[in-house]
Amino acid sequence: MSDLPAELAISGPAAPPRSNGEMVFDAPWESRLFGVTMALVEAERFAWSEFQPRLIAAVRRWEAEHPDGEGYSYYERWAEALESLLDDLGVVAVETIDARALALAARPAGHDHHGHGPGPGAHDGP
Amino acid sequence: MTAVPRPHDHPDAALRTEALEALLLERQLIDPKVVDGLISRYEHDVGPMNGARVIAKAWTDADYRRRLLEDGTAAIGELGYSGPQGEHIEVLENTGAVHNVVVCTLCSCYPWPVLGLPPSWYKDPAYRARIVREPRRLLAEMGLVLDDDVAIRVWDSSSEVRYLVLPERPEGTSDLSEEDLAALVTRDAMVGVARVAPP
Repeated sequence: MSDLPAELAISGPAAPPRSNGEMVFDAPWESRLFGVTMALVEAERFAWSEFQPRLIAAVRRWEAEHPDGEGYSYYERWAEALESLLDDLGVVAVETIDARALALAARPAGHDHHGHGPGPGAHDGP
Repeated sequence: MTAVPRPHDHPDAALRTEALEALLLERQLIDPKVVDGLISRYEHDVGPMNGARVIAKAWTDADYRRRLLEDGTAAIGELGYSGPQGEHIEVLENTGAVHNVVVCTLCSCYPWPVLGLPPSWYKDPAYRARIVREPRRLLAEMGLVLDDDVAIRVWDSSSEVRYLVLPERPEGTSDLSEEDLAALVTRDAMVGVARVAPP
């Protein structure tokens, strides 16, 4: 763990924070996950104080299993914590998320460009 | 605490998040407009500029500075900044003899109302471990070289207390307005991994 992550090594003093400084999410799904979690907190489905110990536990578990720290994703741990909390609260079962995610994974390519992308058969090949 | 089984081939977090959001939406447990609004608020509106205004005020108003160091949450609230992860904010004063730096070794506790959401490096295992073990060396690698006679204090955030560093006011800024001073204050300086550079 002696090597700095690339982001840390090159960051240096950030620009004056006239706006929010820098992207805090590395991928769109991370911001969705964050927003969904905060929306559930606002709707009082659970309290932040119920979520946080799970996040800490998920981070610890991952770090115990990956002592070199390689490949860490904070928001993957966040997702794990949220799923386990919603499962325990009986809001959404983990198996239900599994099933839906697998169904989404099986979508044909270009699924989210309805009417904009090339139609069936427009791609290369027979 | 339930340990969720994690088969190696389970769908990745992006798909799982999409699945979860769709399920919550179908069950009418979330409103996508609320989700969009929260993301936008935390990504764009809540940010280190709030903290920078707090610091600039402390530099120009001795009474405010005293109140800020006595009760960070209340003094920050005076400027209208409060919210989740901002319930108990303690402000740490950097001086020529003492340098404060903040970490959350457990996860990523961070004073959202004044600094926004934490940057990637703050959440990284390398920062969280090394700033505790070898702060002087890590700070130097991040571009902040401290003299050996400056004591380094590392503060570990928790669910109870969040920390905000009050950096030293740079030299040559005595004629700057509070607004101009705020524009100099960086997020990194308020976490304690950088100094505030003179204009």
